[in-house]
Amino acid sequence: MNAPINISRRTFIKATALVAGGLIIGFSIPYAKRFLMPGAAPDAAPDAAKDAPKLPAPNAFLRIGSDNTITVMLAHSEMGQSIWTTLPMLIADELDADWSTIKVEHAASAPAYIHTTYGIQITGGSSTTWSEFDRYRQAGALTRALLVSAAAEKLGVTAESIKTENGFVISGDQKIPYGDLAEVAAKIETPKTVTLKDPKDWKIIGKATKRLDGPEKINGTAVFGQDIHFEGLMTAMVARSPVFGGTVKTFDATAAKQIKGVRQVVQVPTGVAVIADNYWAAKKGREALKVDWDLGVNAKLDSKIMLEEYRKMAATAGLPAAKAGDTKAALANAKQLVEAEYSLPYLAHSPMEPLNCAVKIEKDSCEIWTGTQMQTTDQLAAAKILGLKPEQVSIHTVFLGGGFGRRANPVADFVSEAVQVAKAAGVPVKTVWSREDDVKGGHYRPMYLHKANIALDANGMPTAWQHVAVGQSIMKGTSFEAFMIKDGVDATSVEGAADSPYLKSIPNYDISLHTVQATIPVQWWRSVGHSHTAFVMESLIDEMANLAQKDPLAYRRTLLKDHPRHLATLNLAAEKADWGKPLAKGVFRGIAVHESFGSFVAQIAEVSVTEGEVKVHRIVSAIDCGLAVNPDSLKAQMESSVSYGLGAALQSEITFKDGMVVQSNFHDYQVMRMANMPKVEVYIVQSTEKMGGVGEPGLPPVAPAVTNAIFAATGKRIRTLPIGNQLA
Amino acid sequence: MITLNINGKEQQLDVEDDMPILWALRDVLHLTGTKFGCGMSLCGACTVHLDGQAIRSCITPVSAAAGKKITTIEDMQNQKIGQAVQSAWSEIDVVQCGYCQSGQIMAATALLATNQKPSDADIDAAMTGNICRCGTYPRIRAAIHNAASKLA
Repeated sequence: MNAPINISRRTFIKATALVAGGLIIGFSIPYAKRFLMPGAAPDAAPDAAKDAPKLPAPNAFLRIGSDNTITVMLAHSEMGQSIWTTLPMLIADELDADWSTIKVEHAASAPAYIHTTYGIQITGGSSTTWSEFDRYRQAGALTRALLVSAAAEKLGVTAESIKTENGFVISGDQKIPYGDLAEVAAKIETPKTVTLKDPKDWKIIGKATKRLDGPEKINGTAVFGQDIHFEGLMTAMVARSPVFGGTVKTFDATAAKQIKGVRQVVQVPTGVAVIADNYWAAKKGREALKVDWDLGVNAKLDSKIMLEEYRKMAATAGLPAAKAGDTKAALANAKQLVEAEYSLPYLAHSPMEPLNCAVKIEKDSCEIWTGTQMQTTDQLAAAKILGLKPEQVSIHTVFLGGGFGRRANPVADFVSEAVQVAKAAGVPVKTVWSREDDVKGGHYRPMYLHKANIALDANGMPTAWQHVAVGQSIMKGTSFEAFMIKDGVDATSVEGAADSPYLKSIPNYDISLHTVQATIPVQWWRSVGHSHTAFVMESLIDEMANLAQKDPLAYRRTLLKDHPRHLATLNLAAEKADWGKPLAKGVFRGIAVHESFGSFVAQIAEVSVTEGEVKVHRIVSAIDCGLAVNPDSLKAQMESSVSYGLGAALQSEITFKDGMVVQSNFHDYQVMRMANMPKVEVYIVQSTEKMGGVGEPGLPPVAPAVTNAIFAATGKRIRTLPIGNQLA
Repeated sequence: MITLNINGKEQQLDVEDDMPILWALRDVLHLTGTKFGCGMSLCGACTVHLDGQAIRSCITPVSAAAGKKITTIEDMQNQKIGQAVQSAWSEIDVVQCGYCQSGQIMAATALLATNQKPSDADIDAAMTGNICRCGTYPRIRAAIHNAASKLA
């Protein structure tokens, strides 16, 4: 079944290591140049296809040292999702490597590491494992083939008589460690084809494997952006406008400069930067700084008023996102109607590590140390600010103290600002955001309002679905705009609604979108559009089932009868949660199922409500993501998604009053904590279907599973998030 | 000049009295295992031990540590409870992004120093001040029970 895969010379590149006399395997896959950075000249965009024959440096994916260590270079960023382990598993399995000799590094920012599908160097969309599944396995297989050829040459035997195992080439009774063959292998001509293993021969792929970054994250030695330090590096904090879009009129730095340790105060496009010996001095300096702001057009911004405006907009249809039949006529003939309005707030990502970025500028180069999810955008932005070529800007990716989308900023906000500060100050600078800066700093999950009218027939089954969504577009103004916005509709505004499987069984539907032209910076937040659409869709299905007096699981099974992957997760979750069997007194179940990022997740929540207080006891999750490369890290990501999504559903919201963000830190931007965390069980559907992601798909169903359980417990339908004290 | 005892070593620092211990550790001594998360004692990422008690180093000035012993994540591998906790963390494979884990481990070791067999409710009470945005809470809970059984 595993036919040899043709590999062109332009695709795979190997080179002798400059140090240690080892073997380096690089490769460079021509990609469709789909995305261009806004404002970047076309020739500024990296072009792997063009550069490949010139051996773009660096381009290594794998390095075998003469000491037998195998270093895997990650084209993506480790932010907790465990690709530091999963991607090396792909190489190590095909290479028959000794797992204990594997080392891992973040790759440089270079064309060779461009995402196989997205066309820029990016970590996002829950795509790392499926998008690298072939590339990393091929690198392992190619390297193995070269080592076998090297051994055959050395021993004077045929390649076919040689086998490999656990870091050794074995021929008869001779065992040669890979490190001893690396130098010879580097001189051997690259084979035209490689054969990947049959899945039945996998020794590592598909097996629960411990994290390779565990030890250093347990003993405090793991290096995050915040931990970057070198001689001469100063700490900077920037005073930014309290209102988005505001600008500096004047500032007085006299008092700030008197703070011990403050070295400079400079103006930058985003505000005024205080540069100091350390964070504490920079913080005190910034507090002493006096800035007179021109607050601009958003000075009166109020999210309550905005929501009222959204409500008015939802009264009329927006731009069509999905349409079939005659929805109006079908609604007029409805036996029963579900009419509901749902709303969800702005949300901050609030990763544990506040944003930061270290920058060192020299005459013809710039070095940047940061935890980023989108190296290409950052590199191009820095190059543009400094008048350098992109390849003159090096980005050293360090561990990300959480990302959740925030560290893939479409306008390279925190990197651009750090470059501006370093440029203005003329010294190497690390900008550090306080928690307040992070909470108030924008690039939020946008606020959304959805209004739906659904017609049911005499059997309680839907005959028409009219649905208007209102909110800001995430993709507008980004490099993904041309690809993601069609006829005015941002696909991520309606993903999970306009393409819902439920619509397939309904003859008449009309899903439309009003894109709000607000200037609040918005961004992808873990699970992007699905973070609001799944709540709305799965709550509406529950409302329909209730009106139809049908069991919510049975109702979903009927509507999804032609969707086997949805059904498989529903059935597995229901079986594991004992759906239909009695629970402890006062505890009620809710269910939700949703597809996102190519994976299917069903969740059943067990919830009690006592004196208005919601307690989530248990979440049973079932996922079909195709092959589970590392089942334990998959489980960890599902636990993580439940925590992140449930914390937001219960308590988180960003609101605006008088132009300003009301919340500031973890006392008023509440997130999940230990005492509120339910028991989470994760079950994996054994699947040979197409691979999907695992970092995000566990999030969308959790809010509706919980609010559907709240309905079962209390009869109250939660249509606004966060749940907060709505039951009090 | 202030003298601080950090991980058993006396160190002289030329810092302002009001500088929080966190920044003395991180920016002056470059002991970066202790993390900055909120600056307001709300998230626990900066947790260290002061004379064995878990404290939030982001709001505790260096002046409050004079004559006392500061212990950080860097010293946990030298302590019996610290070793048990770190080994449990490894066994359960707790970490994800890892940024909050120093603080989580410092809070867990302080809990186990005074409570050899913490219940789930004890863990909730001791650990709920430590935020993990990756949601490693179920594994932290399991690892604390695991460490307690190792120490029993």
